[in-house]
Parts: sequence; C-alpha cells; structure tokens
Amino acid sequence: MSALPRADELGLIGCHVCGQVCRAADTDGGDAALACPRCGSTLHRRKPAAYTRTWALLIAAFLMYIPANVLPIMRTASLGDIDDNTIISGVVELWVKGSPGLAVIVFCASIMVPMLKFLSLGTLLVTSRSGSNWARRQRAQLYRLVELIGYWSMLDVFVVALLTALVRFGFFSLVEPLPGVVFFGLTVVLTMFASMCFDPRLIWDGKEDSDD
Amino acid sequence: MDAPSPRCIDTTAPALLICEHCDTVHRRRPLAKGEVAECARCGAVLERCRGMRANALLALVLTALVVFVQATLWPIVTLGLNGQYVAATLWDVIHMMWLDHSQVVAVLAAATLFVFPLAKILTLGWLLAYARSGRRAPGFRPLMVALHHLGPWTMSEVFVLGALVSIVKAHLYFDVLPDPGIYAYGALMLLITVFAGVDLTRLWDETRDEDAGGAP
Ligand SMILES: [Zn+2]
Ligand SMILES: [Zn+2]
Repeated sequence: MSALPRADELGLIGCHVCGQVCRAADTDGGDAALACPRCGSTLHRRKPAAYTRTWALLIAAFLMYIPANVLPIMRTASLGDIDDNTIISGVVELWVKGSPGLAVIVFCASIMVPMLKFLSLGTLLVTSRSGSNWARRQRAQLYRLVELIGYWSMLDVFVVALLTALVRFGFFSLVEPLPGVVFFGLTVVLTMFASMCFDPRLIWDGKEDSDD
Repeated sequence: MDAPSPRCIDTTAPALLICEHCDTVHRRRPLAKGEVAECARCGAVLERCRGMRANALLALVLTALVVFVQATLWPIVTLGLNGQYVAATLWDVIHMMWLDHSQVVAVLAAATLFVFPLAKILTLGWLLAYARSGRRAPGFRPLMVALHHLGPWTMSEVFVLGALVSIVKAHLYFDVLPDPGIYAYGALMLLITVFAGVDLTRLWDETRDEDAGGAP
C-alpha cells in the first residue's frame, strides 16, 4: 500500500454531500442502498454509471451545441435593416463596434469554455477508462477547472434576454430572441450535468507509477 | 487581535478526511486561521479554516438578502430612444422571454437568478442563526443537503457580466444608462465571492443536535 492510502483500499467511503467518513466493510456485496449516517445521502464508492451518464449527456450537449452555433440567437432591426446574430457574429460585432475587451470575455464564455468542456471531459472519459497513468495531477486540475468555470457560459443567454426585455418593453420589436439561444442554454445546462456525473476519483483508479 | 488565536479544529471533529476528488484518506491536522489544507495526491482543497465566526457570516448573509431584494426589485438598465425612457427589472426580463417563445430561457433565468439564489441566502441565514450558539436549526439535515445540491446553479455573478455586455451592445442603437439594480447586483457578486470561500461542511462538525445532546 502506498503512503497515501485510498478510502477504497481501507474499506471506507467519504460522503460527497457532508464529508463524513463511513465504514463500508459490511457492504462488499455492492453499493445498493447505503446511506450516510450523518446526512442521509446515498453513499457511492464511485458515482453510479459515471461513464455512461457522462458520455450520454456530453453527446446530447454537443448535439445541442451545433444548432446553438449555426442558428441565429438574436434578431436586431434598426431602420429597416434586419440583422440576425449568431454567437460568433455577436462577438465580432462587439469587437468592431463596442469594446474588444468585452468581446474577448464573451468569446471565452460562449465559445472557448464549451469547447474546453467537450474536449476535457472527452479526454478524461477516455483516459480514465483505460486506466491511463498520464498526467494524472493535471487531469485532476483540468476537471476542477471545468467545474469552476462551466456556468459562465450562460453569459450570452442572459445578454439576449436582457436586450430583448429592454428594447421590447417600451418600443418596437427591434430585438427578438431566436431559437439558437434556447439551444445554447440547453448546451450549458447539459454540460453542467455531464461534469457533475463524471467521477474524478476514476482518474486515479488505474495502476499507479511508483516513481513519484 | 490579542485573544488566543483561533484554531480551526475541535475535539469532536473526526480524525480522518477523505478527498472527494481522488478518494485519498488524510489525517486531519489543525489549521490556522485562513489556512487551506490541500490533498497531497491531487491538489484539491480538503478543507479551509474560515477566518469568520458564524456571527460575522450571518451579518454577511443578511446584507446579501437586502442587496438581493434591491437587485430584484430595482430597474437594472434604462434605455432611451427619441426622448422616451424605459427601465427593465429582472422580472421584466423573465416575463419578456416567456412571451417571446423562449420559455426555456425564461425558466432558466428565473431559477438561476431568482429562485436558487434566494433559497441559498434564506437557507444559509436560517442555519447560521442557530449555528451561532452551536445548535442545529430545525430541518438542518435536509437543508444542508439541499445547499450542497444548489452548488453551481446560482448565476447572479454571470448576470452582472451579462448586463455589462448588454449595455455596451445596446449602446450601438440607443442611449443606455445603468440603474441602481445593476449596482446592487455588483455588490451581490462580491458577497457571493466571499461565501464561495466558506467551507460549509464544517457546520456539520461545529453544531450539535439538540435532541441528541442533553441540552435542557
Ligand atoms: Zn453525508
Ligand atoms: Zn485528492
């Protein structure tokens, strides 16, 4: 056993909700219906069906992400000029007419973060399943980063909502939300669920090198 | 402070900690104020010693509640065109998305910007009001579990950034002015950042059940 014993090897389970350390010795028959004595949440040695669920949600999110980018998210009309904005054209417009700083922020939140999530979670799923030893600590950090910044992607959804409300409330229908924004909102929610379903403990479950 | 420096360990706390990110078992060690314990295997935060007592935290939560009510009721942005001015509040935003065939977005906004943040603030306030004297509030267990699951689903801070972007964008066509509501949101954003640094699982160790203990 290594200098850093894992709960699994010691017959312990840590409760994900309250952090309670629980003894799992009497339940080696399976995970079925083991509850935390302190908070009552179901205990899992590993999150149930982590690979299947994360893959399913990730693929669903990706399927939503395509129309989210292809379809326009917002229509603006001024002086008879009708302009349908996609996520990318919105970023470009901000860059050209408004402020490049905000354009970079929106680009990161709407394009970089979702892409990072797809790539990272995909990589994590593949490497963890094969029990890979490669860059474990960095992969663990990557997962925590994804969890931390994931919800900022909702930025564009709120922008469209605010602009619509602002403009429609008093005047004419100069700004209108288009279906792309619904798909984008769903993408964000689905990727958030996907990263929740993944179990980072799986990263460490393969054989470990003893060189470190 | 000249009082004995607070150490974040009490004798009732269990001696072991399990890293929720990699399943490594650690022996708990006393933390100095503001110190953070990290997992030796994966580098995740194991626990942090908050520099704040329940009293200070409760004051912060109450401030957040006041600010939140203001952020929700006050207009966020005013928009002017041809001398006419309109202001929009959060509820106008949600209502408008609902009418505009974007019900999914309306529901998302209502949940992440109103229902969840409000639930979080009220729950925290309720739990902390009792935790000040080391007691567990009625409903402690389900509420702590609910707080855990609320996790990343409160998005007020994203909304602040969204309002900023909206103002810049709308500026292309109209006169836009930020309203008090958005400053309230800005303040709320700061308060939320402070809460994020608080390790709530400690409440489990720091409070006692009244009916289980022998309290009169
Ligand atoms: Zn528990
Ligand atoms: Zn760890």
